Amino acid sequence: MAGSAAPTRTPALDVRQGLEKLATYPYQILTFVGPDGYPVSVAVSSTIEPVSSSASFAAPVGLSLPIDADVSLTGSHIRPQPGYGYDERRHVTVWGPAMISVDGRTVSIVASRAWGWDEAEVPFFEYSERSVGQSRKYFDALSVERGTPVKPRLSMASLVLRTTRLPFLSATIVPVLLGILIAAHHGAFDLLSAVLTVIGASFVQLAINVSNDVFDTAQGADDANVTPTKFSGGSRVIQYGLVSFRRMAGLATVFYLAAGAIGVLLLVLRGSPALLAIGVVGFVVGLGYTAPPLKFVYRGLGEIAVAIGFGPLMLLGAYVVQTRGVLTWEPVVASLPIALLVALILYVNEIPDRRGDARAGKRTLPVRLSKSSVIAGYRLAALGAYVILVVGVVAGLLPIPALLALLTVPLALRVSRGLEPNYDNPYGLMSVMAVNINVHLYAGVLLLLAYAVVLIVGAVAPSVDLFIG
Amino acid sequence: MAAIPEPVETLLAAALVGELTVVDGTGRPVTYPLIPLYDGERVYLTSSTLFSKKLEHIKANPKVALSLTDPIAVGGRTDRATIQGDARVIEEDPHGGWERLLPIWEKKEPSIVFFLKQRVALPLFFERSLIEITPRRVLYWADGDAATAPQSTDVGKEAA
Repeated sequence: MAGSAAPTRTPALDVRQGLEKLATYPYQILTFVGPDGYPVSVAVSSTIEPVSSSASFAAPVGLSLPIDADVSLTGSHIRPQPGYGYDERRHVTVWGPAMISVDGRTVSIVASRAWGWDEAEVPFFEYSERSVGQSRKYFDALSVERGTPVKPRLSMASLVLRTTRLPFLSATIVPVLLGILIAAHHGAFDLLSAVLTVIGASFVQLAINVSNDVFDTAQGADDANVTPTKFSGGSRVIQYGLVSFRRMAGLATVFYLAAGAIGVLLLVLRGSPALLAIGVVGFVVGLGYTAPPLKFVYRGLGEIAVAIGFGPLMLLGAYVVQTRGVLTWEPVVASLPIALLVALILYVNEIPDRRGDARAGKRTLPVRLSKSSVIAGYRLAALGAYVILVVGVVAGLLPIPALLALLTVPLALRVSRGLEPNYDNPYGLMSVMAVNINVHLYAGVLLLLAYAVVLIVGAVAPSVDLFIG
Repeated sequence: MAAIPEPVETLLAAALVGELTVVDGTGRPVTYPLIPLYDGERVYLTSSTLFSKKLEHIKANPKVALSLTDPIAVGGRTDRATIQGDARVIEEDPHGGWERLLPIWEKKEPSIVFFLKQRVALPLFFERSLIEITPRRVLYWADGDAATAPQSTDVGKEAA
């Protein structure tokens, strides 16, 4: 695997920093290894001098300290939270040889090493992510010990959910159903090919999701990312040892083959040059999203690739299957707001990944742009989605009920306002990312609803025109 | 030979966090804050495979100590104790073997059950080994003050 060096578990802590931290604890735990080989721990009150890297305390009564071995001083803190457990976890340890005063009453140490963790500085989820290498080492050693592979596990349902990132299928279902509904509004509907389109498009996205993990792992991007969230950073099943790299590559191939088989079937059943062109471009954009040599997302073109793939290509592909290749402006215009909103999902999800992406040479827009530019970019693209929608309705290209999608504007504003304060906090950004995903989903569902209204009104009151002009 | 003194058993039952010290390959003590789980006979701790360095140390040198020093973590009590003992890593089933201690763990950290239900989000955190400590000696400071010599109690195998 290529890529950057494995991340360290915790940021480096020098002795002075360690002692400065230790001085903030109300007492310290002196620990040493006794003559019988068992560790001994006792609480002491130390005078700590970070400048001279030293700490001193009254010799504990009744205990004999070693004079030729390192002892340690540890500070540990939690805050109990009744009914929950505790929070505010932090601890720090410094090591050094003990020196006992002539009168035997005072012990001092000159620290030579420090280590610790403070969840206020390194959040628990990041700390865990930084420790994934230790888990791998543990399972490798246990496998050698037992002579058979021992791996971490998840239930099959959880593993499928995690591996395929199934909940993100809404990014495919929305534009495909919209294309089918618009075609139905134009008098073209075939149930079998509609069902095949939904299934085939879903396989395309599953293939892209899984192959992204394969290529991001191969190029070091997922290993370099220590702040993944449930919305970003990939499925991480390879990093966690839940699924092997080879098996993921195989799964991606199976999904691509399944998508290709359904694509060929649709070409046979409802084929047209337009469908063939959309299929070929879709394959190139989907695979080239992370795969060399194209690697669109590594070149700052990921948002455009996603916008094209999960906007016009999905929607127009579903549309031309139904119309046997006939294209009109209406599905093109309808696909544009969806394209922008789905690209914004990726765009916002790339914000917490940007440091790891930068380390792996994945030059996404949040890697390339400043914070203010990224936030301005979000606002501009979201505004663009809604402006296209309104202009499309005013121009008579989209039905008036499509304006229902404007109901998601408050959600987009929440995302816009949430980016600034959470920009450097991946875990604070999670709720913003969740709302952003809903902007796309709800806008898409409202557009589907709008076309359902158009179809129903067209059936029961054909004289009512829901288009301006 | 005696069992763990009653005040120390009470501390163990109350402690949200204790400090486990193991000995590393260079003979140096390394201390980790962990939740002590006491079943009335042995002391247990659990360690995620993510943070399993301590397990490597224990396998190489089973002599450990568990100290209970933080008044905030033991409901305001000011007495302190250190339990020295021999540790054993139980890792037959890192996926679910540790869950037999979940009822004791849940009493101290109720949120763990909620997080376990979200296992798909934290799969490696819930791949865990058990550390079983058979106590050998208990040092107890009734006033919690190192200016006083601790009461030392040897804990026999029959009691463990």
